[in-house]
Amino acid sequence: MARVDVQALSVTYEGVDRRVDALHSLDLSIDDGEPIAIIGPSGCGKSTLLLATAGLVAPTSGSVRVGDEPVVGPRLHTALILQDFGLLPWKTVMHNAALGLEIRRVPAPERARLVTEALERVGLAEFANAYPGELSGGMRQRLAVARALALEADLLLMDEPLSALDALTREDLQGLLLDIWRQRGHTSVLVTHSIEEAVYLGRRVVVLTPRPGRVAAIVENPEMGDDDFRDTPAFYERCAELRRLLAAEGAFGEAAS
Amino acid sequence: MKAAVRKIVGYAGAVAILLAGWQVLAMIVDSPALPGPAPALQTFGNLFFAALLPEALVSAWRVVVSMALGTALAVPLGLVLGRSPRIDAVAAPLIFLTYPVPKIVFLPVLLVLFGIGSVPKIVLITLIVFFQILVTARDAARAIPPGSVLSVRSLGAGGTQVFRHVVVPAALPDVFTALRISTGTAIAVLFFSESIAGTDGIGYYIIDAWSRIAYRDMFAGIIAMAVLGVVLYELLEMAEARVCRWTRVGR
Repeated sequence: MARVDVQALSVTYEGVDRRVDALHSLDLSIDDGEPIAIIGPSGCGKSTLLLATAGLVAPTSGSVRVGDEPVVGPRLHTALILQDFGLLPWKTVMHNAALGLEIRRVPAPERARLVTEALERVGLAEFANAYPGELSGGMRQRLAVARALALEADLLLMDEPLSALDALTREDLQGLLLDIWRQRGHTSVLVTHSIEEAVYLGRRVVVLTPRPGRVAAIVENPEMGDDDFRDTPAFYERCAELRRLLAAEGAFGEAAS
Repeated sequence: MKAAVRKIVGYAGAVAILLAGWQVLAMIVDSPALPGPAPALQTFGNLFFAALLPEALVSAWRVVVSMALGTALAVPLGLVLGRSPRIDAVAAPLIFLTYPVPKIVFLPVLLVLFGIGSVPKIVLITLIVFFQILVTARDAARAIPPGSVLSVRSLGAGGTQVFRHVVVPAALPDVFTALRISTGTAIAVLFFSESIAGTDGIGYYIIDAWSRIAYRDMFAGIIAMAVLGVVLYELLEMAEARVCRWTRVGR
């Protein structure tokens, strides 16, 4: 079970000569198996929320619970996918995908089985012995997804995972993420800058305020996951609604408004 | 395979150019102190097994032990310093103060303490290599992108595992570069320390030949020392190609 409960979460970073309030008393509940997208102005603490959920940033106050446990450190079945893919250039595709299992001391035969399955699922089986430096951006992101799959993650946290990719590769990967979610039904939290991506991959879209981040609005998006949702009027309406909400939060800057 | 052939052809070409330059220089200088490549190489061949190889092996042993020792001490310390601001705050001033001091000035002290055998030479070269690798390893560990560490920590890695999966491999290419650069310094210091005091080693052989006014022998020794440097450099290059394979793959 990977229900996520964020309660009155505040995170303050102590800088060299100033304090930065990244999040201020943020509340958010995500149901088990629910895919949500988080969107907001630049620097609104989206990544901080994700890192706190992953157990990599400690709350200044408030709490994050995943399942029935308070998050105090990295959790066994939580996978985090970062914008720069978080791949290690010195490890082959296979070893990168196996890294989480290796760290968790999963026995080698079990590891090999899970990794092979995961690489096949994302279409990288024939590149098992290549290095990340030999892969295209899209393939690297597939590898990052494979690493999460190999962990048998029930909570997938993604921090702008596709923002470095070109438009076509990006759509391709969005399709892959959706397929995998439909197949596995894991809880999924996607932080993104893209309104279309948020609507495509989030059953609810959470809009955050400028820093310190709080929840400004939550847009219900029940058609998410339907076939060809991207081509329906509902999709465009949802995008337009989000654009209005984000404009109200000043997400487009003063020049654009 | 193709790369190996290209490398051999490259080396052959470079050797030909160097020999030609040497020949021209020898003809211009026209002194017994600078014999041409033909007599020098002939002497090199004649003396190879009788005198040069045993001396070169002594020298090779000294320099290899020193570099291995220096690396083994410097890499772990440098990586820890690079990753731990607290330890670094204490140790960095010490390093910055001692790094620029030319360690070679301690040779007389080492000779008094350890005699004229291998020990003072090994200590001196180890000391020099240690500092070069230490500074490099520390800088390399500091330059590791936070994203790499974060992603591995998100997988549940603790401190040791972050070192094993991220810090050590990330620093390896830089360490190898520093090692290859240190080869030159190490051999130079080896020559100096062997020629100042000692009874064996290729450095001693060169200076001994010089004092005997046996210039051809001296040049045979110089060639042997040059070959020692090239062999060490190439061995490091091969080791790096094996250990850091990911740096050699194209996009």
